[in-house]
Amino acid sequence: MAVYKRTYKAYSGALTPRWSRFLILPRYAYSRLMQSKFVVLYLMACFFFPLLCATFIYLSHNLSVLEALNVPVGRLFQIDNKFFEFFCGFQGGMACLLTAFIGPGLVAPDLANSGLPLYFCRPFTRTEYVTGKLSLLLYFLSLVTWFPGLLVFAIQAELAGWQWTKENAWIGAAILAGLLLWDVFLALMALALSAWVKWRIAAGGLILGVLFAGAGFGAAVNSIVRTNYGSLLDLRQVIAVIWSQMFRNELSTNVPVSEAWTALAVACGICLWLLARRVKAFEVVK
Amino acid sequence: MTVLELDGLGVRFGQRDILQDLRVSLSGRTVGLLGPNGAGKSTLIQTLVGFCQPSSGTARVLGYDIRHDLPRIRSLIGYMPENDTFIGNMTAVSCVRMMGELSGLPPDAALERAHEALFYVGLGEARYRLLGTYSLGMKQLAKLAQAIVHGPKLLILDEPTNGLDPPARQRMIRLIQEMRDSGEMRLLICSHLLRDVEETCEEVLILKQGRIVQSCNLEEERRANKRFVELEAYGHHHGFADAMTALGCECLHLGLGRFRMVLPDGFELREIYRWASGRDVQLRRLNYRRDTLEEIFMKAMAN
Repeated sequence: MAVYKRTYKAYSGALTPRWSRFLILPRYAYSRLMQSKFVVLYLMACFFFPLLCATFIYLSHNLSVLEALNVPVGRLFQIDNKFFEFFCGFQGGMACLLTAFIGPGLVAPDLANSGLPLYFCRPFTRTEYVTGKLSLLLYFLSLVTWFPGLLVFAIQAELAGWQWTKENAWIGAAILAGLLLWDVFLALMALALSAWVKWRIAAGGLILGVLFAGAGFGAAVNSIVRTNYGSLLDLRQVIAVIWSQMFRNELSTNVPVSEAWTALAVACGICLWLLARRVKAFEVVK
Repeated sequence: MTVLELDGLGVRFGQRDILQDLRVSLSGRTVGLLGPNGAGKSTLIQTLVGFCQPSSGTARVLGYDIRHDLPRIRSLIGYMPENDTFIGNMTAVSCVRMMGELSGLPPDAALERAHEALFYVGLGEARYRLLGTYSLGMKQLAKLAQAIVHGPKLLILDEPTNGLDPPARQRMIRLIQEMRDSGEMRLLICSHLLRDVEETCEEVLILKQGRIVQSCNLEEERRANKRFVELEAYGHHHGFADAMTALGCECLHLGLGRFRMVLPDGFELREIYRWASGRDVQLRRLNYRRDTLEEIFMKAMAN
């Protein structure tokens, strides 16, 4: 129908498949996010460290270049599981900040203006809504965590040869699994907190608070109650314990691995519960 | 085709029954949902859309059961919520487009339809503005645009004229009438304003304290009203009642030249004028009884 006719006509064309509709929300949110120069600049900054690591790996495999630069080969770090665990720790920290920047803008605007009924009065479920929002966060977080991690690993594998790759393939799997686990937790936490705190800046601050203030709070609990369980409130330490297990390194804290896994699972469960409570088409006022 | 069929529908929030044993079948092109505050109108609409779970009975929208065919129902309806509902950080055109896509339209078709819907409701010039910057009347129109973008078979409007000034209200009523007359969709309109419902609806359903107190077809009521006449005569009107009775009317003399009559089918009013002119009687007033929606509503509330 042409615009100038201005009479109502029903749509009679083909419809898109139902399963693909959860991708509509991330597509719109992605185009909105990429209009922000700050987000684009921060994404670029997130690639600086992987680039540095790739350069380091290249140099460590090119002795002639190192000799030309008068660098003693023995002083260089080993490219091993510790190297990649450090990589995960650094990029995981960058992912925390990225989550605080982009997470609150995903659900909060819909809730702030009671926009959810507009979504749910269509053939579109709450699960699809959360999956759509989650997939966008996972996309961005993957872009700065396991994706460059695997690229760096692939460069090392290419330069170190088939034998090294065969013996250390598990490191690649640990990079993927460890960072993906962290990404899923960050995305769930960002959605849950932004669903409860409508003010974007406050939601971003709360995300950072949960991630960085947890260490202090956990230490306070440890000293007051004389226990180690307070460390489980420090989610960055919890994931560090899990990464240590995955990368087969020694644990730097006395938090048992099984309890770290449990703490992370409980945290994810709480986030899902918070989301289920909040992402509704309407609320009954009691 | 039956638009809405309620079959013992009940909805309970906690210990409180909001809707109780609703049973009715409505098939008009436009159905009005009336009732005082707290009667359960919005709850009924939210149940039909699938936001509330029925605690007993069921309902069928366009023949589909709300307990089993909710996705199908949602793909056939357009819903304009009552409250201030929008996504503030989006332009009107991208929001309406996104809603079209969520209803299943391909991206290109959704964009085209979004422009058309916004032009249709009168927001064509403002379609690239953020929804958060719209006035209340514009937000109402934007909500209407998102409800019709995918071409629903049933449009559910919850208080469509809420907060609108008289010109904006008139515009909204005209749009509703146009959509009704297009024959492309059925409408279910929930409103406090009897005049809005009277201007747009063919059937009404009146709720009170979660129960149906009246369900009537306004068109039939209007037709029935044409059979009732009140007139006032001046002059030698003796024998008027007998003459009208002889013509098949039921006539009651109320005194002071005032008569109330029930006309038989096919009766021509010309007969009354003819009788009056033959006897030099002046007919000073002749009214059809007008049983307005307000009267129907007040009777229903009194019951």
